[in-house]
Amino acid sequence: MAILAKEIEDLIRQNFPKAEIIITDLAGDGNHYAAEITDESFRGKNRVQQQRAVYASLKGKMDGSNGQLHALALTTKIPL
Amino acid sequence: MSDTENTIKNVVMKNNVVLFMKGTKSMPQCGFSSKVAGILNFMNVEFQDINVLENQEIRETIKVYSDWPTIPQLYVNGEFVGGCDIITEMTLSGELDTLLKENNISFDKEAVNKIREANG
Repeated sequence: MAILAKEIEDLIRQNFPKAEIIITDLAGDGNHYAAEITDESFRGKNRVQQQRAVYASLKGKMDGSNGQLHALALTTKIPL
Repeated sequence: MSDTENTIKNVVMKNNVVLFMKGTKSMPQCGFSSKVAGILNFMNVEFQDINVLENQEIRETIKVYSDWPTIPQLYVNGEFVGGCDIITEMTLSGELDTLLKENNISFDKEAVNKIREANG
């Protein structure tokens, strides 16, 4: 069960409408992605809190061995 | 709190450093788990490894416990610190050194400096 980069971006975009989002398909298999999200809402939050918020927007997609998304390397940033 | 949640709580409270991972610290079975265990091993940090592949209950419950969907998960003195990406960033930035120092956990400063030199 694979997922498209665009689908990931759309899901994240719902919770972070103004964010800069860069999705990279790491293995070319639609299963291992890297996402870099830059958003003002991360300011004042630690990394765990920032990434929890991103994971929350992907709710269900990463759950267990049946999840569509096996691996997502997350980087969260605050705009300069 | 369920029995499994209590088990998890006991483990993270009784051990200063706990890594929930796929496989063991001497034989990791996933690249992300391997990376974090590798950092801790290289830094000579004493830690308890919990192999979630051996216990389906813990594998699922740990995600609820921390509100974090992925394995590995690192805990220091009962507090969830992060997964593979966060630990990697913290290692390179020096934040991991600070966290360990604050929690009186010994580690090899030269080793972690070497990691930073090699990835600088």
